[in-house]
Amino acid sequence: MQVGLEQYLTVSFLLFSLGLLGVIMRRNLLVIYMSLELMLNAANLALVAFSRFTDNLNGQVLVFFIITVAAAEVSVGLALIVALYRKRQSAHVEDLTSMKL
Amino acid sequence: MRLEFISLTWWILFLPLFSAAFITLFTLRSKIVSSLISIGAIVASFILTIIFIHANGFQANVETSINWLTIGGLHVDFGLKLDALSMMLLLIVTGVGGAIHIYSFGYMHEDEGMARFFAELSLFTFSMLGIVLANNFVEMFIFWELVGVSSYLLIGFWFEKPSAGDAAKKAFIVNRLGDFGFLLGILMIWGILGSLNFSNLQNQLTTNPVALGAMATTAGLLIFCGAVGKSAQFPLHVWLPDAMEGPTPVSALIHAATMVAAGVYMLCRILFLLNTDALHVIAYIGGFTALLAALIAVQQNDIKRIIAYSTLSQLGYMVMAVGLAGPTAAMFHLTTHAFFKALLFLSAGSVIIALHHEQDIWKMGALRKKMPVTFWTFLTGALALSGVWPLSGFFSKDGILAQALAQHNYLLFANGVFIAGLTTFYIFRLFFVVFFGKEKSEITLHAHESPVVMTLPLIVLAVFSVIGGVIGIQGIYHGIFAGEAGESASFAAALFEPFTHSPLAASCGILAVIIGFASAFVLYAKAETDPLPEKLGGLATAMKNKFYFDELYETTFVRAHDFIAAVCDWIDRWLVEGFCIGLVRGGTDLTGRALRLVQTGNLQTYAFLFVLGVALLLYFVLK
Repeated sequence: MQVGLEQYLTVSFLLFSLGLLGVIMRRNLLVIYMSLELMLNAANLALVAFSRFTDNLNGQVLVFFIITVAAAEVSVGLALIVALYRKRQSAHVEDLTSMKL
Repeated sequence: MRLEFISLTWWILFLPLFSAAFITLFTLRSKIVSSLISIGAIVASFILTIIFIHANGFQANVETSINWLTIGGLHVDFGLKLDALSMMLLLIVTGVGGAIHIYSFGYMHEDEGMARFFAELSLFTFSMLGIVLANNFVEMFIFWELVGVSSYLLIGFWFEKPSAGDAAKKAFIVNRLGDFGFLLGILMIWGILGSLNFSNLQNQLTTNPVALGAMATTAGLLIFCGAVGKSAQFPLHVWLPDAMEGPTPVSALIHAATMVAAGVYMLCRILFLLNTDALHVIAYIGGFTALLAALIAVQQNDIKRIIAYSTLSQLGYMVMAVGLAGPTAAMFHLTTHAFFKALLFLSAGSVIIALHHEQDIWKMGALRKKMPVTFWTFLTGALALSGVWPLSGFFSKDGILAQALAQHNYLLFANGVFIAGLTTFYIFRLFFVVFFGKEKSEITLHAHESPVVMTLPLIVLAVFSVIGGVIGIQGIYHGIFAGEAGESASFAAALFEPFTHSPLAASCGILAVIIGFASAFVLYAKAETDPLPEKLGGLATAMKNKFYFDELYETTFVRAHDFIAAVCDWIDRWLVEGFCIGLVRGGTDLTGRALRLVQTGNLQTYAFLFVLGVALLLYFVLK
């Protein structure tokens, strides 16, 4: 079977949906965070696939940027989660309801 | 005509205002300085008036004005109109007012608020001078209202007494009722004739007497409403007796020389606007007020209230004279009345001070020996008020009676003669009870004569009350209204002029005085208590209770007003506040509460809604 753009995009969509599901359903902040990364990489996959099949390098350049920014974002996000855990002794979203009025 | 010292008139007007402002801003702490500033201002105004009149004579008739505002077709000047009429009034207001200021220095010297009192007196004087000098309706109306405000301040001077506060409010509100009509009249005249300037209006109406068309009577009567309020004519007379709550000099100032005179003065000023029908109404309202007030005065026991009702009655006389097309008689009576009524009030004030603020005449008595100066000045005032020849009141009252005869209005003539009798009766009732008989209470034993600063103005006013009728005042007024120069009759001729001019009026007037005096003497010379209630029965009770006008107004107008207020309150509370505002507020509140449920604080709900939104957007974009 010839693997074409369609298959790549399908995989990307599945990855993105799984990530989204994880963000919405899971309780642990760390897992939510990992699901977020999954969503980012699903987008990366789609970009790379597009780049490959349209002979345009712009997409790959964009992916590099996304990976770089994601790395920075992960470090900041993890630091926040650690700080939050130290303060609240919990990394579960049910305990983080201070945004409610 | 060139006038000398024209700028002086601005000083005459504004000196009292400066005095009021200066006292209020700087010298409220010092009684003496404040009162001296105020007295100085009005005396200076008086002197400037004399200089001005001396330099120009009474024949002058000029206006000086600056353009104050122009809005579309409306031009309002701030100007001074100087003719014999306003100059005479200037003399009265500053002269009699000055005497009252000086008297107040003695009367008020123990009062804590003396400085405030003099500031208010000055403000009042300024307002009154403004009415006198105004050359157009709007300017007059402004000062008209200023007089209302300053009378409110003065009547409510002892504001810690609830009755004084109520009286002040009553005076102000009742005056406002009249002023509403006045303002409508002014608007109507401006709408039809397009001018507010007195001279301008007079020219228009002289060249075209029917310029006002069908609205002439209405406009005239609306303007008259203003005078009804200020000059306390029926049916707005109720404020004046209550205004006695103010200090006695205020009563003298408001009820003798100034405020109540403003209405009559205004009518004389705009006489050209009034047609025959309007004049008829004015005459009968005046006559009725005079009769009503004289009857009430017969059964009052408060020394100031008797004089207050007397003022009402005399004002009725003046308004009646205006209505009988006799402005000369009206202004003449206004002038002499200013003298003798101020005299009566101030003499009464002297008695009140001597008796430590006792005002019930049945607690006085036998003051003739203890207060000789006050006794003689009061007697002079009483004789002048009654109209005893040759005191001033006789001549002016005779002028009004003669005017009624000349107009062949025998009803009002009889009314006038009857009131003359009543006037004599009630003022000598007061006189006998207060100054003769036995001491009717403890306090009269310790009474003593007032200080010179109080008796001196009394003596000056007494002199003018005596000679006011024969010093040519009538001639000056005659010159204004009849258009011919006042003949300079010799002194003796002036003395007997009424008897040759209209013997019937003069003799009827004198007869009424004799009858009134005799009955007062018989009933009250030795009376311990009032013998009249037994003789008159129900009528006396009605008189004593002022014919129940206050009660009538209380049950009709005040109730009706309360009802309307309650309806408005209900509409505001339930319809506007409850329904309109409540609906909007409640709706917003409800929506807010509903939307609040969305904000759970749960991170993942937000994320879910977020995704839902994105999905929705994608659906619509990609569809």
